[in-house]
Amino acid sequence: MSESTPTTAESRRLAQDARARVRFEEEALELSDQVYRVARRMVNSREEAEDLVQQTYERAFRSWRQFTPGTNLRAWLLRILTNLNIDRGRRQQRTPQTTTLDGELGDYFLYNKLESTAPEQNPDEDRVLERLSQDSIVDALADVPHDFRDVIVLVDIGEFSYADAAQILDIPIGTVMSRLHRGRRILKKNLADSAVAP
Amino acid sequence: MIDDPCDKCEEMMQPYLDGALSEDEVREAERHLEGCSWCQKRYKFEERLRHYVRVAVSEQMRPELKAKLAALRTPLQ
Repeated sequence: MSESTPTTAESRRLAQDARARVRFEEEALELSDQVYRVARRMVNSREEAEDLVQQTYERAFRSWRQFTPGTNLRAWLLRILTNLNIDRGRRQQRTPQTTTLDGELGDYFLYNKLESTAPEQNPDEDRVLERLSQDSIVDALADVPHDFRDVIVLVDIGEFSYADAAQILDIPIGTVMSRLHRGRRILKKNLADSAVAP
Repeated sequence: MIDDPCDKCEEMMQPYLDGALSEDEVREAERHLEGCSWCQKRYKFEERLRHYVRVAVSEQMRPELKAKLAALRTPLQ
């Protein structure tokens, strides 16, 4: 009987390990819709997003032991996804551009523009929003340069905190804030340009 | 540097909606907003815009991909 003890302990450990792995994989899969939603707007096509998400899960499942239980799994998955996206060489496609927006267009710019061209006097906010079609919003976001767009996608679409976005993108939190600020202004400028005529 | 209270309020809009202002700054912004319907309108618009953008750009994952991801799971022994 005594010979069987180590084997029992070993098999118990293996069973525990298998359970932890199954749990990890289930939890990661539950987040896949959210991961895809972010991925889809970080790249330009559905196919690219699908490839990226698949590779992310392949890598995550391979290196599941590196994840610290109790920490933010969604952020961990997005970190993998972002690194894979960089590996794909997309950084070479476009680098952050110095825009001339700052100082020229404030944060009220889009509303001011839409309101000033509205057919009625003093329209309410929803009427003003209706001037933006879904397609125009998708295009306006796609036209924001990558480095600004990634931050908008993580914070505004993925609803990550500044701190999580900083960790995912491996940039300082101050850079997250400044890119977000400028990125949103670029987005609004694009939206203003594409607004449906009254 | 910014003298016009509405310009100041405009500068505070993004961090205000992100919950990134200090308590003092929040109070300052809210004090101004209470008496300024012009800024109030723009804050409301920004809030709705963010929601509107989030909904507009959200695309569902195809079931095919979902199935592929599920197939990546480690087979149970």
